[in-house]
Amino acid sequence: MTVSERQQLSYIAAQAADARVNLEIETEGMTLNIGPQHPATHGTLRIVAKLDGEQVVSAEPVMGYMHRGYEKLAEVRTYPQVTTLINRIDWLGSFANEVPFILAAEQLMEVEAPPRAQWIRTILFELSRIANITLFLGDMAVQVGAITPVFFAFRDREHVLNQIEAATGGRFHPNFDRIGGLKDDLPAGWVAETRQAMRKIRGFCDEIEELVEGNEIFQARTRGIGVIPPDVGLSYGLSGANIRASGVDWDVRRDSPCGLVHDQVDWKVWTHPDGDSFARFWVRLQETREATKIVDQLLDNIPSGPIMAKVPVIIKVPAGEAYVETENPLGVMGYYVVSKGDLNPFRVKIRSASFSNVSITPWLLKGVYVPDIITILGSLYFILGDIDR
Amino acid sequence: MSSTDAATVETVETDASEAAAAAADAEAENLLERASGALGEALVGSHISAGELWLRVDRDSWAELAGWLRDTEGFTFFSFLSAIDWLPSPFGRDMDSAVDNVLDPPEPKEAPPTETGVAGGDTRFQLLARVNDVSTGRSVIAKADLPDDDLRVRSWVPVYPGADWHEREAWEMFGIDFDGHPGLRHIYLPGEFEGHPLRKDYPLLARRVKPWPGLVDVELMPEADDKGGTP
Repeated sequence: MTVSERQQLSYIAAQAADARVNLEIETEGMTLNIGPQHPATHGTLRIVAKLDGEQVVSAEPVMGYMHRGYEKLAEVRTYPQVTTLINRIDWLGSFANEVPFILAAEQLMEVEAPPRAQWIRTILFELSRIANITLFLGDMAVQVGAITPVFFAFRDREHVLNQIEAATGGRFHPNFDRIGGLKDDLPAGWVAETRQAMRKIRGFCDEIEELVEGNEIFQARTRGIGVIPPDVGLSYGLSGANIRASGVDWDVRRDSPCGLVHDQVDWKVWTHPDGDSFARFWVRLQETREATKIVDQLLDNIPSGPIMAKVPVIIKVPAGEAYVETENPLGVMGYYVVSKGDLNPFRVKIRSASFSNVSITPWLLKGVYVPDIITILGSLYFILGDIDR
Repeated sequence: MSSTDAATVETVETDASEAAAAAADAEAENLLERASGALGEALVGSHISAGELWLRVDRDSWAELAGWLRDTEGFTFFSFLSAIDWLPSPFGRDMDSAVDNVLDPPEPKEAPPTETGVAGGDTRFQLLARVNDVSTGRSVIAKADLPDDDLRVRSWVPVYPGADWHEREAWEMFGIDFDGHPGLRHIYLPGEFEGHPLRKDYPLLARRVKPWPGLVDVELMPEADDKGGTP
């Protein structure tokens, strides 16, 4: 579960060495403003970094450029209308945003989606993971100066987006999940086409492995950079691949499954002991491959039957409180839904993964060199919609 | 269930999930017992449902609760911290207004009684936080009531550094002060912003100015009767 002691010691030694350098060569400080518009930010995030020479003394992210107030807006919308909003939180893996909210509402209503709907939900959930993370795999290479992989990423992500569009009608904002099931059944021929797409994504993963992972420059820029010890990561609320790259073997899909059928297939949670930028990239690469295997296995035995449970036309959710979290592409995402028995939720607290993932940056960027800011931010992988909500 | 295969799958799943749920509830009961031993009088309410444990503590023990959860019980993962305003909204959903709310404000309705949720509550504002134990998959939802005239509580930042931004958000959205927080600044809203938007008595201005179009522009289907239903 922990990073090896040798690594922790070397990390502490490096930090101490940096502190010494700062004392010996005193230079005048400088404030560097990164963003709000920067390719590494997936949206508009501003970072105010105070520098001493090439090193960061303190870095403070400034956000709110995309704050849309979804928690307030959800209070004046009916439950089915809320999914339209929350689609736009993490816009690269939109379907995955809908799932925990719908599951929380289902838990309060004591409704369970029929098996076929659960299966298709899980497939689409994993497809949004693939669509989301393939872009990261290409984008991470851009952060260190390699342009080619991102074109591969955009090219191959298209196969997955086409499948999501074929099933739901929306490439980025499916709005397909319903309380009690799904909006529609799968179109004819979808299963075979999705298998084809999964083969292509596996090919893409191999390409990225050859192009990026083994590349000497990439390794030099990411190995040992931005090391997060597991206990620090956990206390900051890091989740998803970021915490698994620090050696914490925790995946909500496996450890506390809720409503999705990941326990019906054979798959593996990947971890990496190093906790550096490279580890975060590596874990995400393995996860993408694993997700294609999950999809393939689920496609093999989709149960027959209806795709909607019996729910009233006008949905009133009984009074109560429920919290459901799932392992979304960016990390653990959860919704705390408070209902008073009305058409609309009384309060929705959105626990988005990126908000907590980025909250570690003031700690993490202290003492790093300026070019590493970008690789570290890139490797933490956040979507601004997921931070600002 | 139209197909027998699917029906079998469902029953098998239900049995397994019921057993798992019972085990989770038993685990939560054990934890609750230890919590009442450790916190004593400070634990003022609790609730267990779907394997999730809610603990409501006295405001003065809010920080002790965090320390106990992390150091004694091993809840190392900080999930989120926020608050709930239990005041019934004086504006409703603003959806039943086909009239202009600004020029022709509706008669103020008598406010319905304030109801609080699971694990109880006595005051309008309630803190809400959740922590996980990643090695066993357990989790706890913590709550604490804040008196209306003194919205302050000790910060969780010394225990969980990740609470920093969450407390800034709660400060900005609800106006709750966190003692011992390293820097309560605006996180989402511009610095000169006035008011606390997630409070229930803060109007959603977009709705005040323009009624929700969904109900205003109702166009009946050709065959519908005047109530909107089809014969």
